[in-house]
Amino acid sequence: MTVSAIEGVGEVEHVLDVRGLSKVYGEGETAVHALRDVDFSVRRGEYVAVIGQSGSGKSTLLNMLGCLDAPTSGRYLLEGLDVANLDERQQAVLRNRQIGFIFQAFNLIPRTTALANVELPLVYAGVGRRVRRERAEAALSLVGLEGRSDHRPNQLSGGQQQRVAVARALVTTPALLLADEPTGNLDTASTTDVLGLFDRLHEAGRTIVIITHDDEVAARAERVVVVTDGRLTEAARR
Amino acid sequence: MSVIEIVRFAMRGLIANRLRSLLTMLGIIIGIAAVILLTALGNGASVYIQSQIAGLGANSITVLPRQPPETAGTDGRPLTSADARALADPQGAPDVASVSPVVTLSATTAAGRATSDVTVVGSTPSYFSGANVQMGTGRFYTDADVEAGRKVVLLGRTVADDLFGAGSDPVGQNVLVDDVPFLVIGTLAPAGQGQGLSNPDENILAPLTAVQGSLTGFGNLSQIVVQARSTEAQAAAESEINSILDRRHGIDGVDARDYQVISARQLADVLDQTLSAFTLLLAAIAAISLVVGGIGITNIMLVSVTERTREIGIRKALGAPPSAILGQFLVESIILSVVGGILGVAVGYAGTLVPLGDFRPVILPAAVVAAVAVSAAIGIFFGAYPARRAARLRPIDALRRE
Ligand SMILES: Nc1ncnc2c1ncn2[C@@H]1O[C@H](COP(=O)(O)OP(=O)(O)OP(=O)(O)O)[C@@H](O)[C@H]1O
Ligand SMILES: [Mg+2]
Repeated sequence: MTVSAIEGVGEVEHVLDVRGLSKVYGEGETAVHALRDVDFSVRRGEYVAVIGQSGSGKSTLLNMLGCLDAPTSGRYLLEGLDVANLDERQQAVLRNRQIGFIFQAFNLIPRTTALANVELPLVYAGVGRRVRRERAEAALSLVGLEGRSDHRPNQLSGGQQQRVAVARALVTTPALLLADEPTGNLDTASTTDVLGLFDRLHEAGRTIVIITHDDEVAARAERVVVVTDGRLTEAARR
Repeated sequence: MSVIEIVRFAMRGLIANRLRSLLTMLGIIIGIAAVILLTALGNGASVYIQSQIAGLGANSITVLPRQPPETAGTDGRPLTSADARALADPQGAPDVASVSPVVTLSATTAAGRATSDVTVVGSTPSYFSGANVQMGTGRFYTDADVEAGRKVVLLGRTVADDLFGAGSDPVGQNVLVDDVPFLVIGTLAPAGQGQGLSNPDENILAPLTAVQGSLTGFGNLSQIVVQARSTEAQAAAESEINSILDRRHGIDGVDARDYQVISARQLADVLDQTLSAFTLLLAAIAAISLVVGGIGITNIMLVSVTERTREIGIRKALGAPPSAILGQFLVESIILSVVGGILGVAVGYAGTLVPLGDFRPVILPAAVVAAVAVSAAIGIFFGAYPARRAARLRPIDALRRE
């Protein structure tokens, strides 16, 4: 498997396709079955919300989908590629090119400007300096932060930090945007800002999987799935 | 992902923790500076001693009488003129170029009301080359002077200054040596520092026969100065001297000898061995401080990796391959140690500018090259473990860390 094979994956219908996925933390008596035999797939351009009670296994699922963690059993195809066959370096390339993460805790690199944070995935993609800057600035203006390029995370509000994180997730034009409670730390106004962004990205054809506790957030998605005690079910269509 | 980007990330990491980076570097700075300075000290001492020994006369060998150990049961025999003649025998001692019998005594010289305490050295003209005597003014005494027992004398510079005034040329004047009048025929060039045991500036040199005839009597010799044919022949000349004197003095073992043979070569060998052992010891002590500095790097890099675990997780989530993380932390530790090494060389160099007594430390260029290479190696060696630990972190574990 080469890097170009990962970059050049063709147009499969499902961006991601999960069959019989299980995740067990620990072993023996203390083992926690965080995911049990999950089947899940997302079509290109879909906007999916994942809801469920605290501790039900939503983040565990998202971490598998983002190649941040390996499942205990089951198969995961991302853009038609079986992730289990990839080594660490290839998974890194996959995360870099195909996936954009947005975390509840923003996860910006401290003491580093907004622009440098947004440039970071492009650095690891090997994009040259000038192009990198142009694309990062474009992504920042997309999230409405043109004037804040030189600000460091501690000079930005929570909502602004999360918008920087969204810009960073977008900048490589990944096939899949994964967001784990992106509005969990935000006030109502900022939540509206960020959700508005997601709506626009969805309209632009991006594939989005978002974990949320908030019914209002879930209401904006095309499709809602519920995780209950490690099992995944489709919510009734509204 | 280019090397430049990795270096840029590493620099950013170091600058974000300026004080800590500087303190970590200090360990390397001190270690490298110590190695540079201490090897320079050893080398400087060696250079200095070599130059001092060269002043003793390269091929000269001195034979001195010695009290044999009590087990030998005798007081031993003195060195005599007959011994000196035997050493000059070209059959028995083919590697000997010249033999100078020497008598010395302490005396008081006087000219007018000025006096000076001196060592009188009575010998033959071959002594001048054998003992590496440099003439200041006038002339040396000759074989004819020795044969005739002429009471002529060459004054060391300090003696001439004491008796006739600083910088004077007393050739043609008379001096009294223990009340015996001698004619001054020359002065010696100032020797400066003492070479060997006595200060040649406080010596006066006269023909052997004149000294024996008027001051000591025709008795035993104080020493015999022998010159070997060449520097290479010196060891052979020494063993010829030993076998001739052993036979003449009836000696059957090295320990029982009633004389001792000293040469500049032996002195140089012994001093050189002592010095290089000493230099090695100093360098080893300095190297220990370098290792301590290296461990300091490991320590601080481990702290840095732990502190930045979350950052590492973020970078991995954004697609940093393990090699990029490894590179970033390895380059950080290499920058720490190499910059520390270069500063250490600078500090060590500054230290060598301070003169210590008579000699100056002399930096070995090889030590500088080695110091910088070693510091880079330290960066790689002591940075490898923390860097690998960072690179191996699983993204999810790294992200979960608070
Ligand atoms: N590293 C871990 N080791 C052991 N158990 C874990 C680990 N991570 C999660 N779990 C357990 O797995 C289950 C699912 O956790 P997960 O974080 O996926 O829940 P969640 O649905 O995201 O909850 P929340 O809405 O509170 O974020 C929980 O019972 C949790 O205790
Ligand atoms: Mg969660």
